[in-house]
Amino acid sequence: MTTTLEHGRPAISAVGLVKNFGKTRALDGFDLEVAPGTVFGLLGPNGAGKTTAVRIFTTLLEPDSGHAEVAGLDCVRDAHRLRSQIGLAGQYAAVDELLTGRENLEMVGRLYRLPRARARARAIDLLEQFGLSDAANRPARTYSGGMRRRLDLAASLIVTPPVLFLDEPTTGLDPRSRLSMWELIEKLREGGTTLLLTTQYLEEADYLADRIAVIDRGRTIAVGTADELKSQVGGERIELTLARGSDLDAAASALAPHVDGSVRIDGESRQLSAASANGARRLVDVVRDFDAAGIGIEDLAVRRPTLDDVFLTLTGHGAEEEAEAA
Amino acid sequence: MSASTATGGELARSDPERRHGWLYWQTSDAIVLTERALRHIPRNPELLIFSTIQPVMFVLLFRYVFGGAIRLPPGVSYVNYLMAGVFVQTVAFGSFTTGVGMAQDLQTGLIDRFRSLPMSRAAVLLGRTLSDLVRNTFTVAVMLGVGLLVGFNPQGGGLEIAGAIGLLLLMSFAFSWVGATVGLAVRNVEAVQSAGFIWLFPLTFASSAFVPTSSMPAGLRAFANNQPITHIINAVRDWSLGVPVGSNGWLAVVWCVGIVVVFVPLSVRLYRRAAST
Repeated sequence: MTTTLEHGRPAISAVGLVKNFGKTRALDGFDLEVAPGTVFGLLGPNGAGKTTAVRIFTTLLEPDSGHAEVAGLDCVRDAHRLRSQIGLAGQYAAVDELLTGRENLEMVGRLYRLPRARARARAIDLLEQFGLSDAANRPARTYSGGMRRRLDLAASLIVTPPVLFLDEPTTGLDPRSRLSMWELIEKLREGGTTLLLTTQYLEEADYLADRIAVIDRGRTIAVGTADELKSQVGGERIELTLARGSDLDAAASALAPHVDGSVRIDGESRQLSAASANGARRLVDVVRDFDAAGIGIEDLAVRRPTLDDVFLTLTGHGAEEEAEAA
Repeated sequence: MSASTATGGELARSDPERRHGWLYWQTSDAIVLTERALRHIPRNPELLIFSTIQPVMFVLLFRYVFGGAIRLPPGVSYVNYLMAGVFVQTVAFGSFTTGVGMAQDLQTGLIDRFRSLPMSRAAVLLGRTLSDLVRNTFTVAVMLGVGLLVGFNPQGGGLEIAGAIGLLLLMSFAFSWVGATVGLAVRNVEAVQSAGFIWLFPLTFASSAFVPTSSMPAGLRAFANNQPITHIINAVRDWSLGVPVGSNGWLAVVWCVGIVVVFVPLSVRLYRRAAST
C-alpha cells in the first residue's frame, strides 16, 4: 500500500527547518528522519515546536528555511500532490459539530475525491471499526471527547494514507479513551502505516513509538529507541523516601558515594534519587550507611529510568514544569 | 484494519485527478462544502430565528416609531420608502454570518483539516457564501411578508421586481465575501461580530436607507450619496416602486461585481495562509 514509499528512503525527513512567528522562533534548525512503516514519537513540552513541525510536514505552514519531505515529496513544492498521501489528526478533534458522524466522514471522503457511494460505504465501514456505529446519525456536538477524537482519527484514515500525523492524539482524554486510542495506533502500525505522533506524555512515547526524538526549543536534542535514551541517563536509578524531612542534607551526602552523578532532591515528598550502575548490588551499602548515620528510610527502590529522567538530564528542566508554565 | 488498508492502496493508485479536469474538481468540492453549510441551517435554528427577528424588528420600529417624523417628497409613504432600506440592511448584516462561520471553522481546527486535504482552496469559502445566500433569501422573503402586512405596496412591474430581487441576491453574495475576508483576518468569533458592527453600522445608516440623504449635513451627504449601499438601496427602491431607476441600477451592479472581484481573491489568499491556533 505504501505506493510512493521506496525502500531505504525515509518516509519523513527534515533538514535544518527554521520557522519564526514574529519574534518567537518555533523551530530552530530542526532535523528528523523517520523510516517507512515505523511509529515515531516526537516528545517535548508545550511550545517545544512539535505542532509547528507537524504543520510543516502536512503542508499547513511553509518553513522560513530548511527542507522537509514526506513520502518522497517536497512539502512546499509538491504540496498539492503530497496532500493525497497524508492524513492528519489534530489535538483539537477537527470535526464539524453540526454534522453527524457519518456526514463528517462522507464529506471528507468526497473531498478525497471518492465517488458519493464509495464515500458513504467507507464512512459506514470506519464508523463500525471505530465503535461509533450507534452514534453515526447524531450530530458530532453530542459526542464525548473520546468519541470526537475517534471520529477525527477516522476522518484522517478515509483513504488510509501511507503517512499519518497524529498531533497529541490523547491530550485531554480520560484514561479509558487513551487506552482505546493506543490500541487503534497499534493496529495502524500493524497495517504498515508510517506514523508520526507528538506527545507530552513520556509513557505514551515509550509505549507506542519505535523511535523517539526529544525536542526542546525548536531543536531535536536526542534521538533513539526508548531504551537507548534511557541508557543515556545511566542505567538504573536508586530512589528512596526518608522518614523525616530534616534528614534531607545528611541523606544526600550519605548517598553520594554510592551513585554516579548528582543526587536529585525533592524536599516536599522527602525523596532522593540518583543514577547508579549496578544499583541493586549497591543498595546493601546504602542501607548500611544510612543505618549507621541514623537516617530513617520509609521506602527504597531501584528502578529503570523513565523518559522523565531522560528529559531532565538532556534539557536541565522537567517536561512537566515547562508544560505548566506555557 | 486489513480491509481498509487494501482500499487505501487502491485509492492511492487510482489518482482521480487524471480522470477529470481542474474545473470538475473545483465544482465538485464546492458542491460538497455547500451541502455541508446548507445542512447547518436547520440544525442551528437559533441563528435563523434571530437573524430573521432582527430585521422584522427594524421594519416595525422604523415604520411606527420614526415613520411619522421623517419628511419625504410628497406622494411617497414612509413604509414604501423604508422597505428597500431594510432589505439591503438585512442582506448587509447577513454577511456577519459568513464571517462568523469562517472564524468558527478556524477556531475548531476544521480549516486545518480542509487545508491538509487534496481539495480546492476556494471550496470552503464558496460553500459558506452560497449557503448564506440561501439563508438570506429566506430572511428577505419573511421580511417582505411582514412589510406587506404593515402596508408595503410595491408598484413595479414583474421585470422591475425581478430586478430588485436579483440585485439583493447579488449583493448578498458580494457582501458574504467581505464577511468571509473579515472572518479570516480577525479569526475570533466575538471579534468578528464587533468588527462587523464597526463597518456595517456607518455604511447602512449613513445611506438613504431610513432617511433621504438631502436631510444630512453636506460632508456626510456627499459620502452617503456615493457609497455602494445607497446606490443599491436606491435601485431596489426605484424598481420596487416602479420609478425610473436612472444610473443607480448599473452603479449598484458595478459596485457588487467590483466587491466580488476584489474580495474573492483576497479571502482565498487569507484562507491559504490561515492558521488555526
